[in-house]
Amino acid sequence: MPLTYDREALFDRFPLASKSKNLSHLFDPRKDIPKSSFGVRMVKMTDLPTKGGFSFDLCTRNQMLLDKGVQMPPFRKTGTTIVGLVFQDGVVLGADTRATEGPIVADKNCEKIHFMAPNIYCCGAGTAADTEAVTDMVSSQLQLHRYATGRESRVVTALTLLKSHLFSYQGHVSAALVLGGVDVTGPHLHTVYPHGSTDTLPFATMGSGSLAAMSVFESKYREGLTREEGIELVAEAICAGIFNDLGSGSNVDVCVITKGQTEYLRNYQLPNPRTYISSKGYSFVKGQTEVLSTKITPIQSKVQTVEGGDAMEE
Amino acid sequence: MSIFEYNGSALVAMVGKNCFAIASDRRLGVQLQTVATDFQRVFKIHDRLYIGLSGLATDAQTMYQKLVFRHKLYQLREERDMKPQTFASLVSALLYEKRFGPFFCQPVIAGLGDNDEPFICTMDCLGAKELAKDFVVSGTASESLYGACESMYKPDMEPEELFETISQALLSSVDRDCLSGWGGYVLLVYAALLTPTEVQEKILKGRMD
Repeated sequence: MPLTYDREALFDRFPLASKSKNLSHLFDPRKDIPKSSFGVRMVKMTDLPTKGGFSFDLCTRNQMLLDKGVQMPPFRKTGTTIVGLVFQDGVVLGADTRATEGPIVADKNCEKIHFMAPNIYCCGAGTAADTEAVTDMVSSQLQLHRYATGRESRVVTALTLLKSHLFSYQGHVSAALVLGGVDVTGPHLHTVYPHGSTDTLPFATMGSGSLAAMSVFESKYREGLTREEGIELVAEAICAGIFNDLGSGSNVDVCVITKGQTEYLRNYQLPNPRTYISSKGYSFVKGQTEVLSTKITPIQSKVQTVEGGDAMEE
Repeated sequence: MSIFEYNGSALVAMVGKNCFAIASDRRLGVQLQTVATDFQRVFKIHDRLYIGLSGLATDAQTMYQKLVFRHKLYQLREERDMKPQTFASLVSALLYEKRFGPFFCQPVIAGLGDNDEPFICTMDCLGAKELAKDFVVSGTASESLYGACESMYKPDMEPEELFETISQALLSSVDRDCLSGWGGYVLLVYAALLTPTEVQEKILKGRMD
């Protein structure tokens, strides 16, 4: 989405806000062609790769399948415990590392602390594709903004970009974020909810494990923590989420942001090591699997042309 | 009935030492009836990059055609093949573009990157990437595949051992899934130091029920 500062443009950017809760206003039922509410010409099948943004081509077909009784698949969510707190020199962010797909653990060591700017990081909970896409998009917008202004990004800039995108999709982009960073105005910590509301807090937790983590913060947080105390408290809060919430698990990731320096401590704690592996493991004998046919193709390496060879003969 | 259970599928990819393997089952069904026993789910993008697509078969084929189209344009512009990491981002972007009306397919991408480093990755149907260092699974048999791969996988396996492991993991998992099976197809790419890189494709004998 282009970054504009016009007040008039603001109303253009929130057309969905006044429309209905489901996506039916996006379709023209007479012609069965999806229409874009941003007034952009819809892409036809013969067009070259689209210029960006969402495409609603398959919505009619998917709605037809839903009406026939077919269930939508479960998306990969990050059940999650994500936390952040402000300490005397900056901000500490923490997250667990489990990604779930329904009741199954899809990824035992995923990264939930996303890069936004060298001095701003964002933890994401909710639908994994949404958190990744929205943080990537705002990170790119911040980079362009840095080139345009020639200054370090501010946390409130990232906050405004995130909240306006999420609000314009009325909560359908399911991303709940904890945004933290240190800029010229000092350390900041915010939470962003999927519908676009935000809070500015000294300590924050989000995700399914937020209650477990918040209980740790409410008992032990105080202003003016040192760096070591801040990291310890964040790790303890994430562990509370890991051990008490089923949607969170595996390891603790921590990110410490201070003025001029950021430290991303990936897998800061590993409280759930895998101890049940048999030391011998499975060893299969060569030829144990019955094979019906085999085809072996050597890969030809591509021919390299040499620049500046001999001139051709007349 | 979930949309992923309409056709049935099983896909797994594993990393070994300077090699990777990607395997799939061969059944194409319409709910509980089997329609084909030689259905292709693993497709070649270029010599060192393969993609397996599980889920609804029609969406898998459409996704493959769109991806080949995009890769050919890339080859014309850049005059080289796409790296696996770039390709994974392309697939993720194509899937996320359809966030509110998605393609019902879950890709498994396997390829050799820089310095013949094996790369595997999977995504859900919205494009949320999961980069793994050991194995990735997808399809209706995914729960059994997770269990089988967790126990059978060892790091740094040689190509012969990797082939046996991935085949045994696939065959034992599809035995516990009604909707996938009817044989197996394994593709193994081995980048040796002295001999040229070679691609081995094998059809496995499995239970035909």
